[in-house]
Amino acid sequence: MIETRGLRKSFRSRAGRETKTVDAVRGVDLQVAEGEIFGFLGPNGAGKTTTLRMLATLIEPDGGEATIAGADLRKDPAEVRRRIGYVAQGGSTWDESTAREELVLHARMYGISKAEAHRRATRALDAFQLTEYADRKCKTYSGGQRRRVEIALGIIHEPKIVFLDEPTTGLDPQSRAHMWDEIRRLRAEGMTVFITTHYLDEADALCDRIAIMDHGEVVAEGTPAELKREISGDVVLVGLDVAGTPQAAQLLDGEEFVKKLETADEGGLRLYVDEGATAIPQILRRLDSAGLTLSSIELHRPSLDDVFLTKTGRSLRES
Amino acid sequence: MKLARDTWLIFQRQIQLLLRNPVWVFVGVFQPVMYLLLFAPLLKPALNAPTQAAAYKIFVPGLLVLLAIFGGLFQGFGLIAELRAGVIERSRVTPVSRLALLLGRSLRDVVSLLVQAVIITLLALLFDLRVFIGDLLLAYLMLALIALMTSAVSYGVALKVKSEDALAPLMNTVAQPVLLLSGILLPLTFAPGWLQGIADWNPFSWAVDGTRALFAGDLGDDKVWQGLTITAVLAVAGVFWAARQFARSVR
Repeated sequence: MIETRGLRKSFRSRAGRETKTVDAVRGVDLQVAEGEIFGFLGPNGAGKTTTLRMLATLIEPDGGEATIAGADLRKDPAEVRRRIGYVAQGGSTWDESTAREELVLHARMYGISKAEAHRRATRALDAFQLTEYADRKCKTYSGGQRRRVEIALGIIHEPKIVFLDEPTTGLDPQSRAHMWDEIRRLRAEGMTVFITTHYLDEADALCDRIAIMDHGEVVAEGTPAELKREISGDVVLVGLDVAGTPQAAQLLDGEEFVKKLETADEGGLRLYVDEGATAIPQILRRLDSAGLTLSSIELHRPSLDDVFLTKTGRSLRES
Repeated sequence: MKLARDTWLIFQRQIQLLLRNPVWVFVGVFQPVMYLLLFAPLLKPALNAPTQAAAYKIFVPGLLVLLAIFGGLFQGFGLIAELRAGVIERSRVTPVSRLALLLGRSLRDVVSLLVQAVIITLLALLFDLRVFIGDLLLAYLMLALIALMTSAVSYGVALKVKSEDALAPLMNTVAQPVLLLSGILLPLTFAPGWLQGIADWNPFSWAVDGTRALFAGDLGDDKVWQGLTITAVLAVAGVFWAARQFARSVR
């Protein structure tokens, strides 16, 4: 449904007299299959939105190619535009308009007739449970309602693919869960959904496949389960004070059951092990015999954050 | 065909929003009305005009051109609000004509200017201004072309600078000399030679002269067709340039 090869974009930014070139996206190769929810996971500034805006024809790539719903992005952006929907992160509704007016106008911008635009608006309002507010001005809506109107706008012309940039950012937990249901409903209707997110749980729970992006590059791609399996094994977090940490690290580093060991700046160790249940007693014995006191010990199944950490050396929560 | 349909679509939407808040049309007309009521009465003695009506024939056309220039140049602010709300980006991902995005908005500005011009004209009638209706309609055409140009240019600049803070001083810097060099408030016949020489290069000066000739009933005056031709050419150029700004970064 989407195939990109070496998609690149750099921006020139001026700081004082110096002109700096920032490589926002440095060669992205992606394959998105029909009917899946594909997620772009990464910290702010990783290049997710830039990539999305390139795919949505809003900015021209510096290099690379892409085929979207069968249309060539570089050669025929007008055709791409007809086949996709795009919902921006920052909103797209006008305070003084009503949801119905926005939907009708947007449908008509795709060349849909007036009568059909009204029919579709009514249907969309119903599907997104907005009928009650349909004729009120957008400025009276809650964040969640407004976001639903925006998604409805993005799919009013029944595109094959819809791009949603951070669809749940800024929503309360209930609206967020509601939005996930809406996105799953789009998939159930046969649409391919491409979202960006910096929420680990969202990528994990909602997406069929994800690509992890950092510094303008895709560092990992696969289903959430596959990616976590790559980490293989469990993570044990050992709570220690700063003074005891180096000694403990030295003790445990050479051990056979420790596959990888990282020390945290604020003290404590992060150990990647095959089997947490057997590793923990051994860890406790080693540290205890050396007279080191632990403040805590935790066992973690690997999360997407661990995937991110092993690929980039940073935690997504910190970046 | 698609251009006409899309332009109509955008125009309808903009007019609908304008009608929802018609107060802006009247806010826009407030300042010129003040000039008409509080400044124009000084003109009969100042211009040495034989009658009050004669003074208004000189002043009102200038006031209307002023309204068209300023009304147009400040439309960019509305567009920046739309940019910020994401409405423009939303339009850009659709196949809607880029030129229509501009024309629909500029035509709304033309319509709102013409409503204001009619209000001013009607008020001026109370001060014994009399204009032949055919001449008046041609003068309105001139005003419409000016407003089309200034609003298009304002939109183009707004798309480039993307911030009110930059747009306001920019527009003021352009508008002030243009205003003073067009003989809007007082005819440039009073001006020293060097000032007239500069004003000859100001297209709005030609527009003001043409509009004055129309209000004076001199349809045959060369200034009429010259003013109309110059504003028409500039309006096309302004729209062309601004439409390119709308299309830029989106092919």
